[in-house]
Amino acid sequence: MTETTIPTVTRTLDARGSFCPGPLMELIRGMKESEVGDVLAILSTDKGSKTDIPKWIGKAGHNLIGVYTRDGYDEIIVEKVR
Amino acid sequence: MQHVVVLGGGVGGTLAANLIARKLKKQIAAGEARVTVVDETGNHAYQPGYMYIAMGQERAEKLVRPERKLLDGNVELIVDTIEKIDPAGQTVQLASGKRLDYGQLVIATGSRIVPEEIEHFDTEAHHFYTAGAAASLRKALDAFTGGRIVIGIAGIPYKCPPAPLEVAFLIESELRERGLRDRTELTFLSPINRAFTIESVSDMATPIFEEKGIRVELLAGVSEIDAERKVVITDAFEEHPYDLLICVPPHKGAQALIDSGLAPKSGWLPTDRNTLQVKTVAKPAPGQADADVPRFTNVYALGDTTDLPLSKAGSTAHFEAPIVAERVAAAVQGRKPGGKHASYTGKVMCFFEVGDGKGTLLQFDYDHPPKPPKPGKIWHLGKIVFNKTYWHTVPKGRV
Repeated sequence: MTETTIPTVTRTLDARGSFCPGPLMELIRGMKESEVGDVLAILSTDKGSKTDIPKWIGKAGHNLIGVYTRDGYDEIIVEKVR
Repeated sequence: MQHVVVLGGGVGGTLAANLIARKLKKQIAAGEARVTVVDETGNHAYQPGYMYIAMGQERAEKLVRPERKLLDGNVELIVDTIEKIDPAGQTVQLASGKRLDYGQLVIATGSRIVPEEIEHFDTEAHHFYTAGAAASLRKALDAFTGGRIVIGIAGIPYKCPPAPLEVAFLIESELRERGLRDRTELTFLSPINRAFTIESVSDMATPIFEEKGIRVELLAGVSEIDAERKVVITDAFEEHPYDLLICVPPHKGAQALIDSGLAPKSGWLPTDRNTLQVKTVAKPAPGQADADVPRFTNVYALGDTTDLPLSKAGSTAHFEAPIVAERVAAAVQGRKPGGKHASYTGKVMCFFEVGDGKGTLLQFDYDHPPKPPKPGKIWHLGKIVFNKTYWHTVPKGRV
Protein backbone atom coordinates (compact mmCIF):
# COMPACT_ATOMS: atom_id res chain seq x y z
CA MET A 1 0.00 0.00 0.00
CA THR A 2 1.41 3.39 -0.91
CA GLU A 3 1.26 6.20 1.61
CA THR A 4 -1.36 8.01 -0.44
CA THR A 5 -3.82 5.14 0.06
CA ILE A 6 -3.48 4.83 3.84
CA PRO A 7 -6.96 5.05 5.36
CA THR A 8 -7.64 7.94 7.73
CA VAL A 9 -6.09 7.26 11.11
CA THR A 10 -8.74 7.26 13.85
CA ARG A 11 -6.30 7.47 16.74
CA THR A 12 -2.56 7.98 17.11
CA LEU A 13 -0.73 6.44 20.05
CA ASP A 14 2.55 8.22 20.69
CA ALA A 15 4.83 5.71 22.41
CA ARG A 16 8.04 7.46 21.42
CA GLY A 17 10.62 7.36 24.18
CA SER A 18 9.04 4.23 25.65
CA PHE A 19 11.12 1.05 25.68
CA CYS A 20 10.14 -2.51 24.76
CA PRO A 21 7.50 -3.71 25.48
CA GLY A 22 5.91 -0.29 26.16
CA PRO A 23 4.80 0.45 22.56
CA LEU A 24 3.28 -3.03 22.10
CA MET A 25 1.42 -2.72 25.43
CA GLU A 26 0.17 0.77 24.41
CA LEU A 27 -1.15 -0.65 21.14
CA ILE A 28 -2.88 -3.60 22.83
CA ARG A 29 -4.54 -1.18 25.28
CA GLY A 30 -5.50 1.15 22.43
CA MET A 31 -7.01 -1.70 20.39
CA LYS A 32 -9.11 -2.82 23.36
CA GLU A 33 -10.54 0.69 23.67
CA SER A 34 -11.28 0.98 19.91
CA GLU A 35 -14.12 -0.19 17.68
CA VAL A 36 -13.89 -2.62 14.76
CA GLY A 37 -12.97 -0.57 11.68
CA ASP A 38 -10.88 1.96 13.63
CA VAL A 39 -7.42 2.65 12.24
CA LEU A 40 -4.69 3.15 14.82
CA ALA A 41 -1.19 4.51 14.34
CA ILE A 42 1.49 3.74 16.89
CA LEU A 43 4.65 5.85 16.94
CA SER A 44 7.70 4.16 18.42
CA THR A 45 11.41 4.87 18.78
CA ASP A 46 12.10 1.34 20.09
CA LYS A 47 13.82 -0.70 17.41
CA GLY A 48 12.08 -3.93 18.42
CA SER A 49 8.63 -2.49 17.65
CA LYS A 50 9.08 -2.88 13.88
CA THR A 51 9.17 -6.67 14.27
CA ASP A 52 7.22 -7.36 17.47
CA ILE A 53 4.16 -5.22 16.74
CA PRO A 54 3.47 -6.62 13.22
CA LYS A 55 3.87 -10.15 14.68
CA TRP A 56 1.26 -9.44 17.33
CA ILE A 57 -1.05 -7.83 14.77
CA GLY A 58 -0.76 -10.97 12.61
CA LYS A 59 -1.39 -13.27 15.56
CA ALA A 60 -4.42 -11.27 16.67
CA GLY A 61 -5.82 -11.28 13.14
CA HIS A 62 -5.93 -7.50 12.71
CA ASN A 63 -5.04 -5.81 9.43
CA LEU A 64 -1.50 -4.41 9.26
CA ILE A 65 -1.68 -1.46 6.93
CA GLY A 66 2.00 -0.62 6.98
CA VAL A 67 5.25 0.08 8.81
CA TYR A 68 6.74 3.44 7.90
CA THR A 69 10.12 4.89 8.83
CA ARG A 70 9.71 8.49 9.88
CA ASP A 71 12.23 11.06 11.06
CA GLY A 72 13.78 9.31 14.07
CA TYR A 73 10.89 6.94 14.75
CA ASP A 74 8.66 4.31 13.15
CA GLU A 75 4.94 4.56 12.51
CA ILE A 76 2.93 1.35 12.41
CA ILE A 77 -0.64 1.59 11.16
CA VAL A 78 -3.22 -1.09 11.88
CA GLU A 79 -6.93 -1.58 11.33
CA LYS A 80 -8.96 -3.29 14.04
CA VAL A 81 -10.93 -6.08 12.38
CA ARG A 82 -12.23 -8.12 15.33
CA MET B 1 11.88 24.72 59.12
CA GLN B 2 12.03 22.44 56.09
CA HIS B 3 9.48 19.64 56.16
CA VAL B 4 10.40 16.53 54.16
CA VAL B 5 7.32 14.42 53.55
CA VAL B 6 7.71 10.85 52.33
CA LEU B 7 4.56 9.18 50.98
CA GLY B 8 4.61 5.41 51.41
CA GLY B 9 6.31 3.07 53.87
CA GLY B 10 7.49 0.35 51.51
CA VAL B 11 11.12 -0.38 50.67
CA GLY B 12 11.66 2.93 48.86
CA GLY B 13 9.86 5.22 51.30
CA THR B 14 11.30 3.63 54.43
CA LEU B 15 14.87 3.55 53.20
CA ALA B 16 14.71 7.06 51.71
CA ALA B 17 13.26 8.48 54.94
CA ASN B 18 15.93 6.79 57.06
CA LEU B 19 18.76 7.97 54.81
CA ILE B 20 17.36 11.53 54.70
CA ALA B 21 17.03 11.60 58.50
CA ARG B 22 20.62 10.40 58.81
CA LYS B 23 21.90 13.09 56.43
CA LEU B 24 19.83 15.81 58.13
CA LYS B 25 20.66 14.75 61.69
CA LYS B 26 22.12 18.16 62.59
CA GLN B 27 19.27 20.11 61.00
CA ILE B 28 16.68 17.93 62.76
CA ALA B 29 18.45 18.37 66.12
CA ALA B 30 18.53 22.14 65.56
CA GLY B 31 14.81 22.22 64.74
CA GLU B 32 15.54 23.33 61.17
CA ALA B 33 14.17 20.20 59.46
CA ARG B 34 11.77 17.34 60.10
CA VAL B 35 11.03 14.13 58.21
CA THR B 36 7.58 12.53 58.12
CA VAL B 37 6.49 9.26 56.53
CA VAL B 38 2.82 8.79 55.64
CA ASP B 39 1.76 5.16 55.30
CA GLU B 40 -1.69 3.73 54.79
CA THR B 41 -1.36 0.71 57.08
CA GLY B 42 1.52 1.43 59.42
CA ASN B 43 2.83 -2.02 58.59
CA HIS B 44 5.72 -2.88 56.30
CA ALA B 45 5.34 -6.03 54.23
CA TYR B 46 8.25 -7.87 52.64
CA GLN B 47 6.43 -8.66 49.43
CA PRO B 48 9.10 -10.82 47.73
CA GLY B 49 8.32 -13.39 50.41
CA TYR B 50 4.78 -13.94 49.16
CA MET B 51 5.97 -16.22 46.36
CA TYR B 52 7.55 -18.48 48.99
CA ILE B 53 4.22 -18.74 50.85
CA ALA B 54 2.82 -20.17 47.60
CA MET B 55 5.77 -22.57 47.46
CA GLY B 56 5.12 -23.71 51.05
CA GLN B 57 8.41 -22.29 52.33
CA GLU B 58 7.30 -19.16 54.18
CA ARG B 59 4.67 -17.99 56.65
CA ALA B 60 2.67 -14.75 56.24
CA GLU B 61 3.32 -13.53 59.79
CA LYS B 62 7.08 -13.56 59.18
CA LEU B 63 6.69 -11.07 56.34
CA VAL B 64 5.14 -8.11 58.20
CA ARG B 65 6.62 -5.75 60.78
CA PRO B 66 5.41 -2.44 62.22
CA GLU B 67 6.73 0.41 60.09
CA ARG B 68 7.58 2.36 63.26
CA LYS B 69 10.19 -0.25 64.21
CA LEU B 70 11.97 0.13 60.88
CA LEU B 71 12.12 3.92 60.92
CA ASP B 72 14.91 6.03 62.35
CA GLY B 73 13.95 7.64 65.67
CA ASN B 74 14.09 11.05 63.99
CA VAL B 75 11.39 10.13 61.46
CA GLU B 76 7.75 10.81 62.34
CA LEU B 77 5.11 8.34 61.14
CA ILE B 78 1.54 9.20 60.24
CA VAL B 79 -0.83 6.31 59.47
CA ASP B 80 -3.34 7.77 57.04
CA THR B 81 -4.52 7.54 53.43
CA ILE B 82 -3.14 9.97 50.86
CA GLU B 83 -5.95 11.67 48.98
CA LYS B 84 -4.39 14.42 46.92
CA ILE B 85 -1.08 16.10 46.26
CA ASP B 86 -0.97 19.78 45.34
CA PRO B 87 2.51 20.59 44.03
CA ALA B 88 1.62 24.26 43.47
CA GLY B 89 0.52 24.75 47.06
CA GLN B 90 3.11 22.23 48.32
CA THR B 91 0.56 20.31 50.35
CA VAL B 92 -0.65 16.74 50.76
CA GLN B 93 -4.29 16.15 51.69
CA LEU B 94 -4.94 13.09 53.87
CA ALA B 95 -8.20 11.16 54.26
CA SER B 96 -8.46 12.09 57.94
CA GLY B 97 -8.77 15.74 56.95
CA LYS B 98 -5.20 16.53 57.96
CA ARG B 99 -3.20 18.58 55.46
CA LEU B 100 0.60 18.42 55.40
CA ASP B 101 2.76 21.26 54.11
CA TYR B 102 6.04 20.18 52.60
CA GLY B 103 9.27 21.74 51.42
CA GLN B 104 10.49 18.51 49.82
CA LEU B 105 8.23 15.64 48.79
CA VAL B 106 9.19 12.01 48.14
CA ILE B 107 6.53 9.86 46.48
CA ALA B 108 6.93 6.14 47.14
CA THR B 109 3.33 5.02 46.92
CA GLY B 110 4.22 1.88 44.96
CA SER B 111 1.94 -0.19 42.80
CA ARG B 112 -1.37 -1.89 43.47
CA ILE B 113 -3.01 -4.89 41.90
CA VAL B 114 -6.35 -4.43 40.14
CA PRO B 115 -7.62 -7.99 39.50
CA GLU B 116 -11.15 -6.57 39.18
CA GLU B 117 -10.20 -5.27 35.73
CA ILE B 118 -10.53 -8.85 34.44
CA GLU B 119 -13.90 -10.49 34.91
CA HIS B 120 -13.79 -13.78 36.89
CA PHE B 121 -10.16 -13.16 37.92
CA ASP B 122 -10.99 -13.31 41.63
CA THR B 123 -12.79 -16.64 41.42
CA GLU B 124 -10.73 -18.37 38.71
CA ALA B 125 -7.15 -17.15 38.86
CA HIS B 126 -4.60 -17.77 41.57
CA HIS B 127 -1.71 -15.41 42.18
CA PHE B 128 0.98 -14.60 44.72
CA TYR B 129 0.75 -10.80 45.05
CA THR B 130 -0.82 -10.81 48.51
CA ALA B 131 -0.15 -13.12 51.44
CA GLY B 132 -3.75 -14.38 51.30
CA ALA B 133 -3.67 -15.11 47.57
CA ALA B 134 -0.34 -16.90 47.93
CA ALA B 135 -1.75 -19.09 50.73
CA SER B 136 -4.76 -19.89 48.56
CA LEU B 137 -2.45 -20.88 45.68
CA ARG B 138 -0.57 -23.15 48.09
CA LYS B 139 -3.84 -24.90 48.98
CA ALA B 140 -4.69 -25.29 45.28
CA LEU B 141 -1.26 -26.78 44.57
CA ASP B 142 -1.63 -29.18 47.50
CA ALA B 143 -4.97 -30.33 46.10
CA PHE B 144 -3.64 -30.62 42.54
CA THR B 145 -3.33 -34.17 41.25
CA GLY B 146 -2.56 -33.53 37.59
CA GLY B 147 -3.99 -31.67 34.61
CA ARG B 148 -3.29 -28.42 32.83
CA ILE B 149 -1.57 -25.58 34.67
CA VAL B 150 -1.48 -22.27 32.83
CA ILE B 151 0.76 -19.46 34.14
CA GLY B 152 0.00 -16.09 32.57
CA ILE B 153 0.49 -12.35 32.90
CA ALA B 154 -2.33 -9.81 32.60
CA GLY B 155 -0.46 -6.69 31.60
CA ILE B 156 2.97 -5.13 31.85
CA PRO B 157 4.38 -3.62 34.03
CA TYR B 158 3.88 -5.74 37.12
CA LYS B 159 5.77 -6.27 40.35
CA CYS B 160 8.90 -8.42 40.25
CA PRO B 161 9.17 -9.33 36.53
CA PRO B 162 10.98 -12.65 37.06
CA ALA B 163 8.36 -13.92 39.54
CA PRO B 164 6.00 -15.71 37.11
CA LEU B 165 8.95 -17.44 35.47
CA GLU B 166 10.31 -18.41 38.88
CA VAL B 167 6.91 -19.77 39.88
CA ALA B 168 6.75 -21.83 36.68
CA PHE B 169 10.20 -23.31 37.37
CA LEU B 170 9.53 -23.93 41.07
CA ILE B 171 6.15 -25.58 40.41
CA GLU B 172 7.70 -27.80 37.75
CA SER B 173 10.33 -28.96 40.28
CA GLU B 174 7.68 -29.54 42.92
CA LEU B 175 5.49 -31.58 40.57
CA ARG B 176 8.48 -33.78 39.69
CA GLU B 177 9.20 -34.36 43.37
CA ARG B 178 5.56 -35.23 44.00
CA GLY B 179 5.46 -37.64 41.05
CA LEU B 180 2.84 -35.54 39.25
CA ARG B 181 4.95 -34.17 36.41
CA ASP B 182 3.91 -36.86 33.89
CA ARG B 183 0.28 -36.09 34.57
CA THR B 184 0.67 -32.32 34.18
CA GLU B 185 0.87 -30.06 31.17
CA LEU B 186 2.53 -26.73 32.01
CA THR B 187 2.04 -23.67 29.80
CA PHE B 188 3.64 -20.25 30.28
CA LEU B 189 1.97 -17.33 28.49
CA SER B 190 4.34 -14.45 27.79
CA PRO B 191 2.70 -11.17 26.78
CA ILE B 192 5.66 -10.19 24.59
CA ASN B 193 7.63 -11.73 21.75
CA ARG B 194 10.08 -13.55 24.02
CA ALA B 195 9.95 -15.27 27.40
CA PHE B 196 11.16 -12.22 29.36
CA THR B 197 11.34 -8.48 28.72
CA ILE B 198 15.15 -8.25 28.92
CA GLU B 199 16.69 -10.11 25.97
CA SER B 200 19.72 -11.58 27.80
CA VAL B 201 17.50 -12.93 30.59
CA SER B 202 15.08 -14.32 28.04
CA ASP B 203 18.03 -16.08 26.34
CA MET B 204 18.96 -17.59 29.70
CA ALA B 205 15.40 -18.62 30.62
CA THR B 206 14.26 -20.06 27.27
CA PRO B 207 16.45 -23.19 27.41
CA ILE B 208 15.31 -23.77 31.02
CA PHE B 209 11.68 -23.75 29.87
CA GLU B 210 12.64 -26.25 27.12
CA GLU B 211 14.60 -28.48 29.51
CA LYS B 212 11.68 -28.57 31.92
CA GLY B 213 9.14 -29.25 29.18
CA ILE B 214 7.16 -26.09 29.90
CA ARG B 215 5.40 -24.89 26.76
CA VAL B 216 5.93 -21.15 26.16
CA GLU B 217 3.40 -19.18 24.15
CA LEU B 218 4.59 -15.75 22.97
CA LEU B 219 2.53 -12.58 22.41
CA ALA B 220 -0.05 -14.13 24.71
CA GLY B 221 -0.99 -11.59 27.37
CA VAL B 222 -4.00 -12.65 29.42
CA SER B 223 -7.02 -10.59 28.42
CA GLU B 224 -10.13 -12.52 29.48
CA ILE B 225 -11.15 -15.55 31.51
CA ASP B 226 -14.04 -17.74 30.44
CA ALA B 227 -14.98 -19.24 33.80
CA GLU B 228 -17.61 -21.58 32.43
CA ARG B 229 -15.34 -23.26 29.88
CA LYS B 230 -12.21 -22.85 32.07
CA VAL B 231 -10.36 -21.15 29.27
CA VAL B 232 -8.03 -18.19 29.38
CA ILE B 233 -8.19 -15.89 26.33
CA THR B 234 -5.16 -13.88 25.25
CA ASP B 235 -5.13 -10.38 23.80
CA ALA B 236 -4.42 -12.05 20.43
CA PHE B 237 -7.71 -14.02 20.87
CA GLU B 238 -6.05 -17.40 21.44
CA GLU B 239 -7.58 -19.77 23.97
CA HIS B 240 -5.76 -21.89 26.55
CA PRO B 241 -7.75 -24.33 28.66
CA TYR B 242 -6.70 -24.76 32.29
CA ASP B 243 -7.40 -26.86 35.33
CA LEU B 244 -5.30 -24.54 37.50
CA LEU B 245 -4.78 -20.94 36.42
CA ILE B 246 -2.03 -18.82 37.92
CA CYS B 247 -1.99 -15.27 36.63
CA VAL B 248 -0.19 -12.04 37.47
CA PRO B 249 -3.03 -9.55 38.00
CA PRO B 250 -3.09 -6.17 36.25
CA HIS B 251 -1.16 -3.48 38.14
CA LYS B 252 -1.57 0.30 38.46
CA GLY B 253 0.05 3.16 40.32
CA ALA B 254 -1.63 4.87 43.28
CA GLN B 255 -5.08 6.37 42.66
CA ALA B 256 -4.09 9.57 44.51
CA LEU B 257 -1.48 10.29 41.82
CA ILE B 258 -4.11 9.97 39.08
CA ASP B 259 -6.59 12.07 41.08
CA SER B 260 -3.93 14.75 41.57
CA GLY B 261 -3.33 14.96 37.82
CA LEU B 262 0.31 13.96 38.29
CA ALA B 263 0.08 10.54 36.61
CA PRO B 264 -1.86 9.30 33.57
CA LYS B 265 -4.61 6.64 33.86
CA SER B 266 -2.03 3.92 34.44
CA GLY B 267 -0.93 5.67 37.62
CA TRP B 268 2.79 5.40 36.81
CA LEU B 269 4.39 8.69 37.70
CA PRO B 270 6.45 10.38 34.96
CA THR B 271 9.92 10.61 36.50
CA ASP B 272 13.35 11.80 35.37
CA ARG B 273 15.54 8.73 34.86
CA ASN B 274 18.63 10.31 36.48
CA THR B 275 17.49 12.91 39.03
CA LEU B 276 14.30 10.99 39.98
CA GLN B 277 12.45 14.31 39.98
CA VAL B 278 8.79 14.08 39.02
CA LYS B 279 7.85 15.62 35.68
CA THR B 280 5.31 18.42 35.70
CA VAL B 281 2.96 16.92 33.11
CA ALA B 282 1.29 13.51 33.23
CA LYS B 283 1.66 13.07 29.47
CA PRO B 284 3.86 15.18 27.21
CA ALA B 285 2.31 16.85 24.18
CA PRO B 286 2.68 14.82 20.95
CA GLY B 287 6.21 15.21 19.69
CA GLN B 288 7.39 17.08 22.80
CA ALA B 289 10.94 16.00 23.66
CA ASP B 290 11.36 14.53 27.13
CA ALA B 291 14.09 17.04 27.96
CA ASP B 292 11.63 19.87 27.29
CA VAL B 293 9.22 18.66 29.98
CA PRO B 294 9.94 20.66 33.15
CA ARG B 295 10.60 18.75 36.39
CA PHE B 296 9.40 19.73 39.86
CA THR B 297 12.51 20.81 41.73
CA ASN B 298 11.26 19.53 45.09
CA VAL B 299 9.23 16.42 44.24
CA TYR B 300 10.89 13.01 43.81
CA ALA B 301 9.62 9.52 43.08
CA LEU B 302 11.14 6.08 43.48
CA GLY B 303 10.33 2.39 43.40
CA ASP B 304 7.25 0.97 41.71
CA THR B 305 5.72 4.47 41.65
CA THR B 306 7.70 5.69 38.63
CA ASP B 307 7.21 5.14 34.91
CA LEU B 308 10.89 4.29 34.42
CA PRO B 309 11.64 1.31 32.16
CA LEU B 310 13.00 -0.73 35.06
CA SER B 311 11.85 -3.69 37.12
CA LYS B 312 9.09 -2.89 39.56
CA ALA B 313 10.96 -4.45 42.44
CA GLY B 314 12.25 -3.64 45.89
CA SER B 315 15.76 -3.74 44.47
CA THR B 316 15.04 -0.79 42.17
CA ALA B 317 13.72 1.24 45.11
CA HIS B 318 16.70 0.12 47.20
CA PHE B 319 19.20 1.53 44.70
CA GLU B 320 17.17 4.68 43.99
CA ALA B 321 16.70 5.69 47.63
CA PRO B 322 20.29 6.94 48.17
CA ILE B 323 19.92 9.27 45.16
CA VAL B 324 16.64 10.71 46.43
CA ALA B 325 18.15 11.08 49.92
CA GLU B 326 21.24 12.88 48.63
CA ARG B 327 19.22 15.27 46.47
CA VAL B 328 16.65 16.04 49.18
CA ALA B 329 19.33 16.53 51.84
CA ALA B 330 21.34 18.76 49.50
CA ALA B 331 18.28 20.94 48.85
CA VAL B 332 17.59 21.29 52.58
CA GLN B 333 21.24 22.06 53.29
CA GLY B 334 21.43 24.56 50.43
CA ARG B 335 24.16 22.75 48.51
CA LYS B 336 24.49 20.92 45.20
CA PRO B 337 23.99 17.13 45.19
CA GLY B 338 27.36 15.44 45.10
CA GLY B 339 29.22 12.14 45.32
CA LYS B 340 28.28 8.80 43.83
CA HIS B 341 24.63 9.22 44.73
CA ALA B 342 24.05 12.51 42.91
CA SER B 343 22.46 10.78 39.92
CA TYR B 344 20.72 7.43 39.33
CA THR B 345 22.26 5.10 36.77
CA GLY B 346 19.39 2.61 36.63
CA LYS B 347 21.13 0.08 38.89
CA VAL B 348 19.05 -2.97 39.82
CA MET B 349 20.18 -6.29 41.26
CA CYS B 350 18.03 -9.28 42.06
CA PHE B 351 18.12 -13.04 42.39
CA PHE B 352 16.20 -15.33 40.05
CA GLU B 353 15.09 -18.82 41.11
CA VAL B 354 15.19 -21.54 38.45
CA GLY B 355 14.04 -24.49 40.59
CA ASP B 356 15.84 -27.58 41.95
CA GLY B 357 17.57 -25.40 44.55
CA LYS B 358 19.31 -23.30 41.92
CA GLY B 359 19.17 -19.63 40.99
CA THR B 360 21.01 -16.91 39.13
CA LEU B 361 21.67 -13.20 39.55
CA LEU B 362 20.39 -10.29 37.48
CA GLN B 363 22.49 -7.16 37.81
CA PHE B 364 22.08 -4.28 35.38
CA ASP B 365 21.70 -0.55 34.80
CA TYR B 366 20.46 1.71 32.00
CA ASP B 367 23.56 1.08 29.89
CA HIS B 368 24.49 -2.48 30.81
CA PRO B 369 21.99 -5.31 30.34
CA PRO B 370 22.26 -8.24 32.76
CA LYS B 371 24.63 -11.10 32.04
CA PRO B 372 23.14 -13.77 34.28
CA PRO B 373 25.71 -16.30 35.52
CA LYS B 374 25.08 -20.03 34.98
CA PRO B 375 22.33 -21.05 37.42
CA GLY B 376 23.76 -22.57 40.59
CA LYS B 377 22.97 -23.29 44.23
CA ILE B 378 24.95 -20.25 45.44
CA TRP B 379 22.47 -17.75 43.97
CA HIS B 380 19.48 -19.63 45.39
CA LEU B 381 21.13 -19.55 48.82
CA GLY B 382 21.95 -15.87 48.27
CA LYS B 383 18.28 -15.14 47.77
CA ILE B 384 17.27 -17.07 50.89
CA VAL B 385 19.88 -15.29 53.04
CA PHE B 386 18.87 -11.90 51.61
CA ASN B 387 15.19 -12.57 52.35
CA LYS B 388 15.90 -13.70 55.92
CA THR B 389 18.17 -10.76 56.74
CA TYR B 390 16.09 -8.10 54.97
CA TRP B 391 14.65 -6.54 58.13
CA HIS B 392 18.11 -5.77 59.52
CA THR B 393 19.72 -4.61 56.31
CA VAL B 394 17.77 -2.85 53.53
CA PRO B 395 15.29 -0.57 55.38
CA LYS B 396 18.04 0.59 57.72
CA GLY B 397 20.43 1.37 54.88
CA ARG B 398 23.03 -1.17 55.94
CA VAL B 399 23.54 -2.63 52.45
